[in-house]
Amino acid sequence: MYNFGFEKPGTVADAVAALGAEDAQALGGGQTLIPTLKQRLASPTTLVSLTGIAEMRGVCTGDDGALCVGGATTHATVAAEAGAYPALAATAAHIGDPAVRNRGTIGGSLANNDPSACYPAAALASGATIVTNTREIAADDYFQGMFTTALDEGEIITEVRFPVPEAAHYEKFVQPASRFALVGVFVAKYADGVRVAITGASNDGVFRWSEAEAALSSNFSADALDGLSLPSDDMISDLHGTAAYRAHLCGVMTKRAVAQAS
Amino acid sequence: MPKDSGIGASTKRREDMRFLTGAGNYTDDINLAGQAYVHFLRSDVAHGTLKNVDTSAAAAMPGVVRIFTSSDFDGVGGIPCGWQVTSKDGNVMQEPTHPILATGKVRHVGEMIAAVVADTPEQARDAAEAIVLDIDELPAMVDMKAALADGATKVHDDLNDNLCYDWGFVEENREAVDKAMSEAAHVTSLELVNNRLVANPMEPRVAVGDYARHSDESTLYTTSQNPHVIRLLMGAFVLGIPEHKLRVVAPDVGGGFGTKIFHYAEEAFCTFAAKACNRPVKWTSSRSEAFISDAHGRDHVTKIELALDADNNFTALRCLTHANMGAYLSTFAPSVPTWLHGTLLAGNYRTPLIYTNVKAVFTNTVPVDAYRGAGRPEATFQLERVIDKAARELGVDPVDLRRQNFIREFPYATPVAVEYDTGDYDATMDKMLELADRDGFDARRKASEAKGKLRGFGVNCFIEACGIAPSNLVGQLGARAGLYESATVRVNATGGLVVMTGSHSHGQGHETTFPQVVAEMIGIDADQVEIVHGDTARTPMGMGTYGSRSIAVGGSAMVRATEKIINKTKKIAAHLLEAAEADIELKDGAFSVAGTDKSVTWGEVTLAAYVPHNYPLEDIEPGLEETAFYDPSNFTYPAGAYACEVEVDPDTGTVTIERFVSADDFGNVINPMIVEGQVHGGIAQGIGQALLENCSYDENGQLLSASYMDYTMPRADNLPHMEHYTVDHSCQTPCTHNPLGVKGCGEAGAIGSPPTVINAIIDALQSGGHKVDHIDMPATPDRVWAAMQ
Ligand SMILES: Cc1cc2nc3c(=O)[nH]c(=O)nc-3n(C[C@H](O)[C@H](O)[C@H](O)COP(=O)(O)OP(=O)(O)OC[C@H]3O[C@@H](n4cnc5c(N)ncnc54)[C@H](O)[C@@H]3O)c2cc1C
Repeated sequence: MYNFGFEKPGTVADAVAALGAEDAQALGGGQTLIPTLKQRLASPTTLVSLTGIAEMRGVCTGDDGALCVGGATTHATVAAEAGAYPALAATAAHIGDPAVRNRGTIGGSLANNDPSACYPAAALASGATIVTNTREIAADDYFQGMFTTALDEGEIITEVRFPVPEAAHYEKFVQPASRFALVGVFVAKYADGVRVAITGASNDGVFRWSEAEAALSSNFSADALDGLSLPSDDMISDLHGTAAYRAHLCGVMTKRAVAQAS
Repeated sequence: MPKDSGIGASTKRREDMRFLTGAGNYTDDINLAGQAYVHFLRSDVAHGTLKNVDTSAAAAMPGVVRIFTSSDFDGVGGIPCGWQVTSKDGNVMQEPTHPILATGKVRHVGEMIAAVVADTPEQARDAAEAIVLDIDELPAMVDMKAALADGATKVHDDLNDNLCYDWGFVEENREAVDKAMSEAAHVTSLELVNNRLVANPMEPRVAVGDYARHSDESTLYTTSQNPHVIRLLMGAFVLGIPEHKLRVVAPDVGGGFGTKIFHYAEEAFCTFAAKACNRPVKWTSSRSEAFISDAHGRDHVTKIELALDADNNFTALRCLTHANMGAYLSTFAPSVPTWLHGTLLAGNYRTPLIYTNVKAVFTNTVPVDAYRGAGRPEATFQLERVIDKAARELGVDPVDLRRQNFIREFPYATPVAVEYDTGDYDATMDKMLELADRDGFDARRKASEAKGKLRGFGVNCFIEACGIAPSNLVGQLGARAGLYESATVRVNATGGLVVMTGSHSHGQGHETTFPQVVAEMIGIDADQVEIVHGDTARTPMGMGTYGSRSIAVGGSAMVRATEKIINKTKKIAAHLLEAAEADIELKDGAFSVAGTDKSVTWGEVTLAAYVPHNYPLEDIEPGLEETAFYDPSNFTYPAGAYACEVEVDPDTGTVTIERFVSADDFGNVINPMIVEGQVHGGIAQGIGQALLENCSYDENGQLLSASYMDYTMPRADNLPHMEHYTVDHSCQTPCTHNPLGVKGCGEAGAIGSPPTVINAIIDALQSGGHKVDHIDMPATPDRVWAAMQ
């Protein structure tokens, strides 16, 4: 780790100001960023901690019924308090281990957009709105490929708004070592249709499986997926699974997610 | 009333109070006044010519004490290899020099190129980043067969090629084996990989070098399973320090599994640099460094063939193996695929003819050496897999085929040069089948199938050679060390004892079990006995802990020394009781004269030895301290039968272990609880190898599984629930040639479990109609799924 300065502002405005400094970087739970610093793969001059900002923490229900999660809310808090959206709470409850869940934040996870992370699938499948200090971004516009998002330099995720579906489930097949998602499928059924988002599988990061969405929108049952499959061309191939295996798992996990959606 | 002390008692581990309350004293807890820290600059390319190492900018950085490169080690010896294997053509193995810091070339990712000693670890690391390297990359030799191809790039330019040795065993049997193969009614053959592993002890390696200028004495604190071996190798072969000027201390050691046996360059560096800088020098490995610098384990590629006659009797076995040595020869590396592997190929069976050929190969990877089981898991895996495959090909029950070929007469001289003293393989097989409830398996399979899962039942037998080893024998086989063990028993005036043993626990619980033995012999409470180990200044020359040898060899030395003590105390007691020595009996901590009510206590006798007012000074010396060195006359041969039940999810290839049973014969057992813990842990590691762990390199010699994000360690939820994780050691055929009748239990679980798991997976897949007759370890979901397609 190289030396860095540290700020812990109490308001979003102060955080934005602090992030204006050259090479300053936001710090959420540090579960991705701190290991990166320890390996000396990044060298920010100042870390601006977001966890002291009260308005960015906690879970509530918005006027439109959406579940609103503050950008600096930990996975453990979401697991415990997002009862209005059980599939989201369950997703958070299975990220990493207790130490990770007690520190890691939803804003950090979505800003990082790891291709194997869980929250991106939840946000995309829910058609969530990513609220930042400057604007609101629809999930469909937000995720732009592995580790790439619509966020600008210094932009902070202050809140994430999840429309609550009629039924949903996240089915995660873990990569055995890291226990991130080797393939994770989030299925959410809304009055106007079903959304299916898949993480862990694609070289392009989290994506929607539109064929499956169409089939499920007319018949929300695992059988509706029979005969559907994804091409393996753009799938990740690594030590833990070939592209063909991941493509296969997408189908299996989607079926299982539908079968368990509630 | 259950026995709560002495042999056979499940005494709680006394060391755990220290470990569990944070009071352990590990090497990293040692901090010396004025200590500096070293950071090693390690190669990030697998193979290359080292053209220049420019340290000028780094040397000027804050806090830098001194920067070392290979030229600072001119005249210093290389890291030695402790075993010389001779090829079948009579030539000794090719043995490259192994410099402390890379010289001329780098040969694996992780090899040390330069070392920065600085006031703080951060300063050392900062300066190491400022060193400018000029390396011309060379093609990396990763695949063993490619490394042996004509014209392959040489890992060591001064050797003939990348072949370390080409070993044949038993060479005189080769033609007879070939003939038996060609005449057999049935031959089953199998090609398989024994996957490369990283030991990953919880405590990474640490070394602290210290030097006292006034006395010219060097001290090395290090994470070692055998501090005397390190003192001998490093003092005599590397740094040229006589033993009386070199002390090696290994305090509490947090796991080793073999990888802390070896003498590492970091140890020699810290000892050398402490003198050169006249300051203590400390190195603490990061987990990332451990992956690329701790010796790895296994890594065999094998073709094995089993010949059977028309009645399914085994007639011959042939095994052709390529064994990866990595870039340099680690301390015991050459012995693992040869004498610790070829001699085990008879297994539990009467196969009359056996031949094995092992080609050991240099590659641009981390050196490979002994890892829990060392050679014996490799032998067991291939033998038990090919037997299982034969049973399936012949349509016979795998249990029956094994039983039919069991050795039943002991002692039994195998065709691979070892003689089993005792065993009862039917007993362990029967016990295993009973505990595994094989009769209930069909119902459990049906229940799994009703859930859409496949269920398989796998069995396995194993034999291992432990209690390493008769020195004269291993000397003939190429060992450059003796493999006896030592103990000094010191009795204090008021009767308490200290045992200074050459064995060294790195988690096995010696501080608990060793006193149980002494307490039993004297008839006193185990609390009266204290163990000292891990310090060359405080213990007699001993060979340390590995190869399941501590109780069998170290325990035997302790018994011999205690016997000497008892003999002497009987003389003293006879004097005090005015009786004949032959009439003195020692029982429950008191000496009595047979047939009388006259007695003296243990404490009265020990006091007399140190306050010899009324004492036979003309016959015996005062004091009570005895030393014994014990050299075993044979290996010990623990054996067992294991069963595993798996469920396979056919949609994803996921394997879960539903039940695991081990029935082991360890001979006599000192502390059942500790034995069960050893077996539970060994099986967990074996399941790790079978399902999870894999050390994987890409074609450029980059380690892909270089952290816990990609290297899968077994976790609690990978193992069966405790009620279906049964370890049994009730079948006991005591060893006939050591005084305790013990065989050793440390490695059994890791040896016996991998083939059991794979056999069960194959059984499950075949039950689902999949024509799969082998799957390489680790049987990860993607591999199992691919095999089903
Ligand atoms: C052992 C382990 C296991 C894990 N397992 C899983 C898993 O199973 N599934 C999973 O999804 N994840 C997993 N994670 C990742 C974990 O969820 C992290 O919490 C997450 O990736 C990053 O969140 P953080 O709050 O720790 O962010 P940090 O590490 O603090 O920051 C990550 C990045 O996001 C930026 N950032 C942080 N907060 C904000 C914000 N509010 N607005 C804008 N930018 C911000 C930072 O500048 C940085 O670039 C695991 C991590 C570990 C260490």
